Amino acid sequence: MVSLTVKNLISIADLSTKEILTILDLAEKMESIIHGPKPSTLLAGKILASLFYEPSTRTRLSFESAMARLGGSTITVADISASSVAKGESLADTIRTVDNYADVIVLRHPQEGAAQWAAEVSKVPVVNAGDGAGRHPTQTLLDLSTIRKSQGRLENLNIAVLGDLRFGRTVHSLSYAITRFTKRLYCISPPGLELPDEIVMDLKEQGKEVIETTDLKGILPELDVLYATRIQKERFPTPADYEKVRGVFRIDKAMLEGVKSNLDILHPLPRVDEIAPEIDETPYARYFTQMFQGVLVRMAILSLLLEVNTK
Amino acid sequence: MSSKKKKSVKPPAEEKPNELRVQKIKAGTVIDHITAGNSLAVLQILGITGREGDVISIAMNVHSKRLGKKDIIKVESREITADEINRIALVAPKATINIIRNYKIHTKMRIEVPDEIIGIVRCENPSCITNNERGIKSHFSVVDRSPVTLRCTYCKRISSQDYLVEQLQGSP
Ligand SMILES: [Zn+2]
Repeated sequence: MVSLTVKNLISIADLSTKEILTILDLAEKMESIIHGPKPSTLLAGKILASLFYEPSTRTRLSFESAMARLGGSTITVADISASSVAKGESLADTIRTVDNYADVIVLRHPQEGAAQWAAEVSKVPVVNAGDGAGRHPTQTLLDLSTIRKSQGRLENLNIAVLGDLRFGRTVHSLSYAITRFTKRLYCISPPGLELPDEIVMDLKEQGKEVIETTDLKGILPELDVLYATRIQKERFPTPADYEKVRGVFRIDKAMLEGVKSNLDILHPLPRVDEIAPEIDETPYARYFTQMFQGVLVRMAILSLLLEVNTK
Repeated sequence: MSSKKKKSVKPPAEEKPNELRVQKIKAGTVIDHITAGNSLAVLQILGITGREGDVISIAMNVHSKRLGKKDIIKVESREITADEINRIALVAPKATINIIRNYKIHTKMRIEVPDEIIGIVRCENPSCITNNERGIKSHFSVVDRSPVTLRCTYCKRISSQDYLVEQLQGSP
C-alpha cells in the first residue's frame, strides 16, 4: 500500500520528490476508474467537507467530482458569508465543528497560512485548496501531472513560465516543483513582473539555471512546455502600459511558427486573452487537459490522505 | 603572545572618561553588548519608562572591541526574567546580561536566540492568518541570528530585525 508521510496536504514543500511521484503515479491509475465499467467504491461512506471562504468554482467542483468518482460524498456550506463565519466565528472553531461531520476537509481561505492553522486544530486531514497569495499544492500537482502525461517525463525539459511571474502564486509553486526535475527554468515576463529575487536566488543556490528574458518569440522554438499565466491590468501604472505588454505576450497561431512538435501550452485558467482562442484547436493546447488531470490528482490525494488501500 | 595580551587589556583612550559605564551598581541588572542604537527598544521590552523611580543608566553607541559600537543599560534594583531575556534576544542578539547582587556579579548570561520564537512578536504580513484569527500564537523559525531574521511558520514571510525593533518599541 502506498502512503504519504504527511497527514495533511498544505504545501508542495512538505512533500518529498518521491511522494510527489507517488501522487502522480496514483493519479494516472485513477483514469481507469473514471473510464472503467463500474463506479468506484474506494471512498464509499467517506465524507468530504468543502469550506470555501472565497469563491473558486473550478477548484471546488474538481474536488467534489474527485470525491464522487471514488464513491464518497461531499458536504458544504452553501453560502459562507451568511453562516456563523460571517458572525465572527474563528476559523479554528469552524474547523473543530466541521471535523465532527467529515473525514477530510478541503479549505480555501483568503489568509496565508490558514490551511496550516486548520490542520493544527483539525482531527481529520486538511487539504489546502489555496490560501491567499500563499500556497495551492493541488494546482501544482495537476500542472506536473499534465506535463508528465503529455511529455512522458518531467526530467530534462525546457520549461518556460510566462506572464505575471511576480504575483502569480501558481508560478512560484510550479517553479520550485518543476526544477526538482529539470536543470533550468526560462522566465518570460514584462519588466516589473519578474520572478521574485528570493525565488531566483533559491533556484540558483540549488544549482539551477534561471534564464530571464522578455523575448517570447525568440525563446519559443526551444521550449517543450510553455506555462502561461494571466497578466492583470491593475499591475500597470497606465492602461497604455498594459496594452503594450498585452500585445507582446499574447500567444497566437502566427507566433507558434517553428516551435517543437511536442510543445505543450498550459494555463491555470481563467484566461483573459493571453492565449488566442485559435490555439485551442492546435495540438499544443493543454489547458483543458489540466482540468481533467486536476480531478485525477485530487482523487489520488483524497485516497492517500484517507489511507484507503489503493492497490 | 603575553605582551600582546597585556596590550589588549588596556582600554582605548576614548573609553576612559565615561564614568557612567564604570560606575558600579549595588543590585540590579547590567545589559551589555546591546546592538548599537537598540537600547531604547530594550527599555521598551522591559517596560521601563523612567517613571518607575529606579535608577537607570544608558550609554549609546560606545566603543566595543567585539561589536565596534554598542549600547549598555544598567537597571538598579531589578533582576530581569528569562522571559524578558527571550524578547531582548530579538533586538540585541549579542547582548550579555549580568545580574548584580551586593556590588558583585551574581549571574552572567549571554543571550541566546532560540530556534523558534512563539507569541512574542507579530508577523509582518497583514494577511497572515496569525494577524486575523483569535486564539492563534505567532510562530517563527529563526533563519538568521545576527541580525535576527525570522520566518513565519504559517505564511513563510520573512521579518527583518528593523521590523522587530519597530514593533517592540511600538508595543510596550
Ligand atoms: Zn505570517
